[in-house]
Amino acid sequence: MENINAKYVSQKISKTRWCPVSYSSLQQPEVFATGSWDNEDNKVSIWSIGNHNNSGLEDGFEGDPQILCEHKHGGDVLDLQFLDQERMVSASSTGAVTIFRYHPNTHTISVLQHWARAHSYPCDNAPCTALVCSSPEIVTVGEDGRIVVFRADQEGAVRVIGEMRTRMLPPHKESSLKLSVVFVRECRQQHNSRGDLPKDHGGFDGDRAPLHCVDRHPNQQHIVATGGQDGMLCVWDVRQGGTPISLMEAHSAEMWEVRFHPTNPDHLFTCSEDGSLLHWETASHSEMPSFLQGGRNSSVISHGALTPAGGNRPLSSAWLCGDSGKGCLETTHMLPSQTMSVNSLDIIGQCLVCGTDGEAIFVNRHVPV
Amino acid sequence: DLKSVLSLSIQNIPALRRGKHMGFAWGQGNIFVYETLFKATGSGSPFIHEVRKDEDIYSPILRKLFNESHHIFVGLQTIREDLPSKNKKPQFVSISKNYRSVIRACMEELQQVAGYPLIRSVLLQVSILLAIELIWNLCEVLFIDAAPAGSLLLHLLDWVRLHKADVDEKARDVLQSDSPAEHRDYWDVVVSYVLQGRLDEARQMLGKKATLTPAANNIFKMMDNLLSKMPFYNPGGTQTLTEFDVKWRHWHEEVDRCLQDNSFASNQHLEVLCKILLGDEDTLLEHKDLLGTWYHFLVSRLLFCHPTVKPTELHYYAQSCMTMFLDSRSAPEPLDSILLAAFEFDIHQVIKDCSIALNNWWFVAHLTDLLDHCKLLQSHNLHFGSNLREFLLLEYASGLFTHHSLWQLAVDYFDHCLEFGRVYLELQIERVPLDTERKALKVLRICEQRQMSEQVRSICKIMAMRALRNNRLGSALSWSIRAKDAAFATLISERFLQDYCAKGTFSDLDLIDNLGPAMLLSDRLTFLGKYREFHKLYGEKRFKEAAKLLLSLMTAKIAPRSFWMTLLTDALPLLEQKEVIFSADQTYELMFCLEELTSSLNTPSSDSDKSMQEEDVELTKVELLRLALSRNLAMAIVKEGTVET
Repeated sequence: MENINAKYVSQKISKTRWCPVSYSSLQQPEVFATGSWDNEDNKVSIWSIGNHNNSGLEDGFEGDPQILCEHKHGGDVLDLQFLDQERMVSASSTGAVTIFRYHPNTHTISVLQHWARAHSYPCDNAPCTALVCSSPEIVTVGEDGRIVVFRADQEGAVRVIGEMRTRMLPPHKESSLKLSVVFVRECRQQHNSRGDLPKDHGGFDGDRAPLHCVDRHPNQQHIVATGGQDGMLCVWDVRQGGTPISLMEAHSAEMWEVRFHPTNPDHLFTCSEDGSLLHWETASHSEMPSFLQGGRNSSVISHGALTPAGGNRPLSSAWLCGDSGKGCLETTHMLPSQTMSVNSLDIIGQCLVCGTDGEAIFVNRHVPV
Repeated sequence: DLKSVLSLSIQNIPALRRGKHMGFAWGQGNIFVYETLFKATGSGSPFIHEVRKDEDIYSPILRKLFNESHHIFVGLQTIREDLPSKNKKPQFVSISKNYRSVIRACMEELQQVAGYPLIRSVLLQVSILLAIELIWNLCEVLFIDAAPAGSLLLHLLDWVRLHKADVDEKARDVLQSDSPAEHRDYWDVVVSYVLQGRLDEARQMLGKKATLTPAANNIFKMMDNLLSKMPFYNPGGTQTLTEFDVKWRHWHEEVDRCLQDNSFASNQHLEVLCKILLGDEDTLLEHKDLLGTWYHFLVSRLLFCHPTVKPTELHYYAQSCMTMFLDSRSAPEPLDSILLAAFEFDIHQVIKDCSIALNNWWFVAHLTDLLDHCKLLQSHNLHFGSNLREFLLLEYASGLFTHHSLWQLAVDYFDHCLEFGRVYLELQIERVPLDTERKALKVLRICEQRQMSEQVRSICKIMAMRALRNNRLGSALSWSIRAKDAAFATLISERFLQDYCAKGTFSDLDLIDNLGPAMLLSDRLTFLGKYREFHKLYGEKRFKEAAKLLLSLMTAKIAPRSFWMTLLTDALPLLEQKEVIFSADQTYELMFCLEELTSSLNTPSSDSDKSMQEEDVELTKVELLRLALSRNLAMAIVKEGTVET
């Protein structure tokens, strides 16, 4: 925890995202974007944690984020994703979807495209709650219950899907295909442009709290982690559906984001309204007993176990081991206590960035993964 | 109220035409002003203007102050009460230093922003912050750290040094010049150093002059000697205060002898220095411009006259120094009277004066809270029953609540006001505008954590109504489930059922399918859930279970009477199946239900404005049902009577 400092930024942060780095270079990410909410003038900003000054700085100030540029944003930023290294898309509470372009040379942001009423009710604005990018397509969901597909270079919407009538959750993309898995509150529907997957997996019998966030394991596409209103972290096996493989009491309030580490998926990060950011690690491969590993640990017993049917798990991930007896999971708090709600987090490599309602951004460049 | 009258300033409202009458209404932290006419003739302006008193909370840099100090505040509240106070004092001092460093950070940022061209309002903010930090620092020295005699003076010296930064700037200029000893500010720098008790630096400076004038080497050496021998109290050392006092007097006498001997007569500057070292008031007052303020004068005077000053003696010196220094002016400025009150250890007066002088409760609220934790405030009941700390915190937090974004911070402040905090929070939290679902969720979480069920209900109802207005029944239902609002849930279930009757399909199947225990919230909701279950069973071809469910819906009176016709119509396909689904008993029950239904339909009170066609349809349906039921009964009796061989 010594590596983490708060940077106060005078706006409540709803989303933080690292600007993607090319995989060929083994660099750590240096630039991230934030979106604000609940301001009279909301903004989308770009920050850098690269070393601008000479190397004479102490370690504590090394990672201090500096703002590079910002741009006005109408409405709260409800979701923010990078299309590629220069373009990012934002979803607004006014129902608008906007593509911004960041010019690294001049440090400016310009609006490339703006769909003002991507989501709307007949008489009101409907917030666009989440979006997913698979360049050049952008899929957005909104409170009006519609899924809209846009293309980055086209004016109108490419397709409007479905009139799902309950609140929508963030969709998640599968990188290779143009699939989007949409998790709808208390039910799952898998929608496929080729239409060859079952339409309805049915509800689940376990807890019935609304879901707020979802993330898919980067390598094993059938493993999905979700978090919801009750702060429970659930890990599912999509092939089996119905009941989560494990349920863990992660937080005491809503969980806002859950993320598998993109390159080291034994690690999972969750952040919540209760002001904590947890780093989950499956210790299945390490023989070291948990009390010898440093940090503020608390091993969490996973319960609600459901052993996968069939019993053959040559490729099963440690996430699917729901057996509480093995104690195969351990968690670490990443932030100092008593922060306000952590709304968003993002992780690439060893760099973690998160934003809170206390108008602070935390950056940690030495996450032990 | 008294406060705003005292800090009165004329505010022109440019949009209102001159000579017109102005009407107003108080808001929270602001006034709404509009043009009005006392005589109801002529046209008026349709605008309402909002005049805000406190602009600070809208300044982006000051916002950081509010956020960071909130963090410190919350940390302070969680310090355990059961530790003995002497263990807590260093903690309180460090918290006080934290607050001050936050103020300083803000100040530095503001100064960077002020830049060129100098923005007046920003500079004003900077000077206010400077004053705040000055006062806070003094309060920390006198009240929180509560230094005893001996260390008291050292702390005061630090305090003055911290707030007189121009000495270093001047010194830098002098040292960077070609010939420092010939610089016109040279002696000013030396005197300033001595006045602040920075004798080592003074000696270094003097050394430069000494090398330039080797003829006067002797007297420079003498002065250097005097300066090096001045004793400073070491709180951590073994020397007691009395021993130090004795030593100091010896040194003082030595300096006096030097002066009486006219040793420095040849160099007027050094003679002045000598007089300063003796604490000669007139000489000190001659250097008013270098001192700048009466409290610097006070500290310097104490340094050279009475370094073992006790806290209780401070106010005598403070009062006299102020009078001596400010003789040209008529009335002291607010800052001066606040500092004087601090030297007199009159905490309440300090707080009162600060509340009047500043336009924002931030400073007094946090300082009072800290002092209260140090147990320095007597419980001083105000007219309305709460104590001073709580009053100030409530005022501050209420001010925060008017801000579109900082209201979340205010919640924690209310939490730590034990008497009225909860009531205030209950009133304020309902007025937060709920633009998006996400914000509503956060507000709800705040209310649920504090068991404010009334507020939960009202917020959920607002969101549910909004959803209903946009025809999103599922969302509305989930909000009413969260609020455990049975009446509303019933209303929404009715809408669902009406929708079903109108369209023949359900919307929001996923929600209804997964209601779980929430189904029991209201009868209508239970019926809805069970009815949907019936459809599911039918869809899965589990006819026997579907049939049983259908029957139970009617016999257990879960279904509303108005819906029975629909249910019976749903039973038709089950009755028409080749296989016997309803048993004889069940068929009897169905018939009974049908009779009940038709008898109530035939009563004279049934509405007579049904058209002929509708009545026909009804009759046909009933006929069909009767036929189907009788057939089924026949088959059932046969089947049940058959002995399986």
